[in-house]
Amino acid sequence: MPNREEPQREGSRSPSKLDTVRRSPLSIIFLRLVKWTSRGRVALQGQTILKIGLVIVIAFVLMTVIANKFPLITGYHPTLYRDAPRLQPPSLHHWMGTDHLQRDVFSRILAGGYASLIVAFSAVALSMAAGSILGWISGFVGGWLDRVLSLAMDAIYSFPSMILAIVLVAMFGSGIAPMIWAVAFVYIPTYFRVTRAEVLQVRETTYVEAIRAVGASSARIIVRHVAPNTVNAIMAVSSFNLADAILTVAALSFLGFGLPPPAPDWGFDIQNGQKFLQSGAWWLITFPGLMIIILSLGFGLIGEGISDLVNPRRRRKRKRL
Amino acid sequence: MSRILRYVSQRLLLTLPMLFILLTVVFLILRVLPGDPVSAMLGGRNVSQEVMESYRVKLGFDKPLLTQYVDYLGGIVRGDFGNSLRTGRPVLYELFIRFPATIELALWGMLVAVLLGFTSGVIAATRADRPLDHAIRVFHISSFAMPLFWLGLMLQIIFCVKLGWFPVAGRIGGRLAFSFHSITGFYVLDAILRWDGKALLDILRHLVLPAFTLGIALTGLQGRMTRASMLENLNQDYVTTARSKGVPERLVVLQHTLRNALIPIITVFGLQFAVLMGGAVLTETIFSWPGIASYLVRAIEARDYPSIQGAVVFIALFISAVNLFVDVFYSVIDPRVRY
Repeated sequence: MPNREEPQREGSRSPSKLDTVRRSPLSIIFLRLVKWTSRGRVALQGQTILKIGLVIVIAFVLMTVIANKFPLITGYHPTLYRDAPRLQPPSLHHWMGTDHLQRDVFSRILAGGYASLIVAFSAVALSMAAGSILGWISGFVGGWLDRVLSLAMDAIYSFPSMILAIVLVAMFGSGIAPMIWAVAFVYIPTYFRVTRAEVLQVRETTYVEAIRAVGASSARIIVRHVAPNTVNAIMAVSSFNLADAILTVAALSFLGFGLPPPAPDWGFDIQNGQKFLQSGAWWLITFPGLMIIILSLGFGLIGEGISDLVNPRRRRKRKRL
Repeated sequence: MSRILRYVSQRLLLTLPMLFILLTVVFLILRVLPGDPVSAMLGGRNVSQEVMESYRVKLGFDKPLLTQYVDYLGGIVRGDFGNSLRTGRPVLYELFIRFPATIELALWGMLVAVLLGFTSGVIAATRADRPLDHAIRVFHISSFAMPLFWLGLMLQIIFCVKLGWFPVAGRIGGRLAFSFHSITGFYVLDAILRWDGKALLDILRHLVLPAFTLGIALTGLQGRMTRASMLENLNQDYVTTARSKGVPERLVVLQHTLRNALIPIITVFGLQFAVLMGGAVLTETIFSWPGIASYLVRAIEARDYPSIQGAVVFIALFISAVNLFVDVFYSVIDPRVRY
């Protein structure tokens, strides 16, 4: 038996050698993500909420990509005028009816998530990066920098995010890129607050004190020891943030700050449908809205699931109940 | 009493730097961030360089940034928000006319949210993990995920177009609008003051759908928080004590637990008001409600720069005032807060 154990130990030593290779901060986050997902596969058992959310979001991303790549997949073109009869209620040929420019609503809806998804993902990624870096620095350095940054972030946070986003888009001009900048700017304080609060906790722990005593520089402590400890909190917040971003983008498009007209877009299609509301064309508004709700719900469910996963207290509570 | 006064004045002094930073952020967004307001104002129209320059001079954009900043703050202190480019009237005057409409809508929206949110939250917490609890939680989550403008339009389709119960737009019906003269700008209050039953009924009918639309946006948030807070409090020792000394369950929930559970919810009332103001932009647009939020959207569409700046500053001032009020109110209802 002891003979058998020997090679096994050898085998188990080689990954530990890998561990001693110098890691860049990016690879730490990457490894953490890998560990997190492999742990996630186990934890996904029984996480019905998380699973439903993931299925919804992945399905919507696939649907949007396919519908934009092959516009004629439903048999009707989403942007071509006079492709169908005018303002028809849902029927066998047109499952969700047709609009005033004689287009099939169903094929427009399949492709209509394009702007929402791109803007939501990019904006949340941007604000996550900016907000958490500011939060790490502000929380760790402290002093007047922290005070000024916190006040500024609180000021932005207290201002209605929807109004801020509208004003920013109006200043930048409409379209995808301005929407990304505007939505990203609006969400920076959210990440700032979350990471700063976490950093303030981590900063006081004994192990940070020990590392500091060993003589590590502030930058090293932030990147290697403080930042990785805030990743869990950021992940949970970002899912809820995506859900909110989908609604914000939809509202911006609804108010006319989104993609230029022929492009299919849920928010813009609802605005169009508003003109025919009095004539009872309910299908123009109902279906794009349902798509927004389901997608936003998907992100929200992922957020709920992740919160359960990363917050052991909440998980225990749920099991007990 | 003097201690409360001291606390209020302290909070007031703390609000000033906050307000200053908020106004600075607004200034930075409107003047310094990339994107030229003048070319945005004349948006795509083919205008000569001279016309652009004349607008720049008219709006003071030709001056150095620091001078603009001082002018901007000075204008706010004096209450001078400039003149609207569309109507030529002072922006502050236009905002004051529309302000009561927004407040009225926001208050009724808040009322809907509080009634629906607190009730559903308490019911869900007392029946934790039973079917009703799950149903209410699904309702809360979907009210988060629902685009407000979509809800408003769906309500219009159902209740205005199909059923014809409520009017689609405005604050008061066409014929009554001519005979009804406002005193305070708050129409419900005006109708009561004038003892005009017919007008009151009409005004309330106009209010139902917008208030409901706006309120639903907050219901999920408040309901979830109420549920979580109630669950936490229901496990506390004082609840067990109350039950063991024989207090009826209804009183345990409504008098003992709810009072304590509401404290953390009231602390975030200020933030909820911000959500409400954001929702008001969409609600006012859909229901043609003549408030400051729809004024801002129309100012943006018309590229009316002084109006945009005025409305944003006005909203910032208002939000700060609400936050201050919430803090003071909180210190009054929770004796644990030291003055």
